[in-house]
Amino acid sequence: MTDTAAPARRLLQGSEAIAEAMIAAGCRFFSGYPMTPFTEVLEHMARLLPGVGGICMNAESELEAVGMAWGAAATGTPAATGSTGQGLSLMQESLAEITLARLPLVVLDMARAQGDYYQATRGGGHGDYRHLVLAPADSAEAVTLIGLAFDLAERWRNPVLVMGDYYLAHTARSVTIPGPVDRAVPAWGLDGSSGGTGRAKLISFLGSAKQRDDVGYDLAAHYADCAAHTSTMAHAVKPLAEVTDTEDAEVVVVAFGTPARYVQAAVRELRSEGLAVGTVRPITLYPFPTEAVARAADGARVVAVYENNQGQMVDDVRLAVLGRAPVEFIGGLSLDSSGFGIAPDLDVRVLKERISRVVAS
Amino acid sequence: MTGFVPTDRPPSAPARLVDDFTPALIDVGAHHLCPGCGEPVAMRSALEAVDELGLTRRAIAVFGIGCYTAFSNNLDVEVLQALHGRAPSVATGVKRARPDSIVFTVQGDGDMVSEGLQEVLHTAARGESVTCIMLNNGVFGETGGHMSAATVVGQRTKTSLEGRDPDLHGRPILLASLLAHVDGAAYVARGLVNSAGNVARTKKMLLRAFEAQERRAGFSFVEILTMCPTGWFVETEEAPGYLEDNLAAVHTPGVLKDEVDR
Ligand SMILES: Cc1ncc(C[n+]2csc(CCOP(=O)(O)OP(=O)(O)O)c2C)c(N)n1
Ligand code: SF4
Ligand SMILES: [Mg+2]
Repeated sequence: MTDTAAPARRLLQGSEAIAEAMIAAGCRFFSGYPMTPFTEVLEHMARLLPGVGGICMNAESELEAVGMAWGAAATGTPAATGSTGQGLSLMQESLAEITLARLPLVVLDMARAQGDYYQATRGGGHGDYRHLVLAPADSAEAVTLIGLAFDLAERWRNPVLVMGDYYLAHTARSVTIPGPVDRAVPAWGLDGSSGGTGRAKLISFLGSAKQRDDVGYDLAAHYADCAAHTSTMAHAVKPLAEVTDTEDAEVVVVAFGTPARYVQAAVRELRSEGLAVGTVRPITLYPFPTEAVARAADGARVVAVYENNQGQMVDDVRLAVLGRAPVEFIGGLSLDSSGFGIAPDLDVRVLKERISRVVAS
Repeated sequence: MTGFVPTDRPPSAPARLVDDFTPALIDVGAHHLCPGCGEPVAMRSALEAVDELGLTRRAIAVFGIGCYTAFSNNLDVEVLQALHGRAPSVATGVKRARPDSIVFTVQGDGDMVSEGLQEVLHTAARGESVTCIMLNNGVFGETGGHMSAATVVGQRTKTSLEGRDPDLHGRPILLASLLAHVDGAAYVARGLVNSAGNVARTKKMLLRAFEAQERRAGFSFVEILTMCPTGWFVETEEAPGYLEDNLAAVHTPGVLKDEVDR
């Protein structure tokens, strides 16, 4: 028997689930330029947005994509853009300055493997700023985190990155798309109407203070404000992590995104074979769940980090563990020939072996 | 009083403001652009056009990066600051999200032709209902007088000390001429601000460009040749003539396309 009142569960490909979740979260402007595994999100947005009165732009490059999203965001329209790491590299100049202009924006970072962890979590562009970064491990969680991303972007007037990958984009799963969220147009949004009032709005990464003499912008004051805002945001946003079996764990394995699901499966098997292993899966990559990692590391003999790269998040894990236990990197580059980061070592047997080796050493 | 003003001693009366020429939509008359710069004249003309067409309560200006950026926090119209070269895509996002607004960009030749050429081309090709205004002085004024993609052959800049040499530096892109060939562009004109008469003609172009946008005729573009005595390394009073003889001889002024009534 089915409960007719409950929102329907539907079998959706990850990209489609992300697109539907964005629209449910109130997104009304999307711009993008195709690149795997971001492409299908763009296709679905192009199909779905007009139906809800939204706009999807086929940008002529990632430079235009982020520019268009910037313009729409400045009107207070809930906006998003995205690409893979390569496209995001092109967007970085804008992503940096959008942050200093204090604009909300959701950015899909549909990465290839996990080599873009630094790019996502360190700001990626020039200057002193941070983006909030969320890393779902599957499409069901992506749906929830997309909603959170729009909430956080609106609340903090700061870009929020949602990191996905090839698996997330292309794996079909049964998900529940939440009901639509209505977002009020913010008072700061541009629409032209404040012109001629003597207090016309200004949205600028150089500062929002109007010139009252001939001094130009007060960059020092603006940058100090932005730094204070980043710090407040970083402390106020709750770091999220999924922690399993760490109480008695001798070995704690840390992994994020899709690969974390494989790690969790390997660890479950190792547990059933009698090994005292636990996992921490950071869900927010910025702010990093430092406390959750530190707590798990307390009493552990070793902390292992699995990522599909040469070792990037491992830095954050080391900072969190802070000498409580040795930190070993057990990941590696995704060396598949497709270039999409399929990661052939995402194999429970391989992972079990690597974890066991760390235990033995 | 007749005769001449003695300058060998302090004035007998303190200076006083005879009239405030600050136009309606510029908050503060003072700016830190160079004496003899053409950009404040162009900026003023654009704002007068907005004011005269009654668009003040709907206008949103999107600024690029160059000397003109000094005006971006000094106006009584809404302003969105964009990056160097990127204003057309940002303006596109604004206009699509707020179709009832009147959106115009303010960019330079370095900004629009060198750094961001593809932005303005695609925006024109889309027939985007925005107006792009390019202040063309043939140099990067802001960085101190460097060669841009619009610098004319023979023009001396800090990075073409012997003058722009076509064999070494290539030839300038004549942006208005290029955009006139793009289908999505409904209005394309090139004016200049080196004399009162030319300022008046340029103002008419700006009025027509905004009219094109208001009537959703397509993309509209006004290139304005402006004096940059500092970046040209010429005397302030020689700049209007230099503009006429050098820049305007290559970037020829006039209305290149008007399909507003089509
Ligand atoms: C990405 C980037 N590259 C370089 C600069 C440095 N820069 C600032 S203004 C400018 C040139 C401005 O030239 P133009 O647009 O013609 O304006 P003008 O100063 O001549 O009015 C340059 C190169 C920048 N701000 N951003
Ligand atoms: S450098 Fe040139 S463009 Fe810049 S303010 Fe001076 S005269 Fe004007
Ligand atoms: Mg210039």
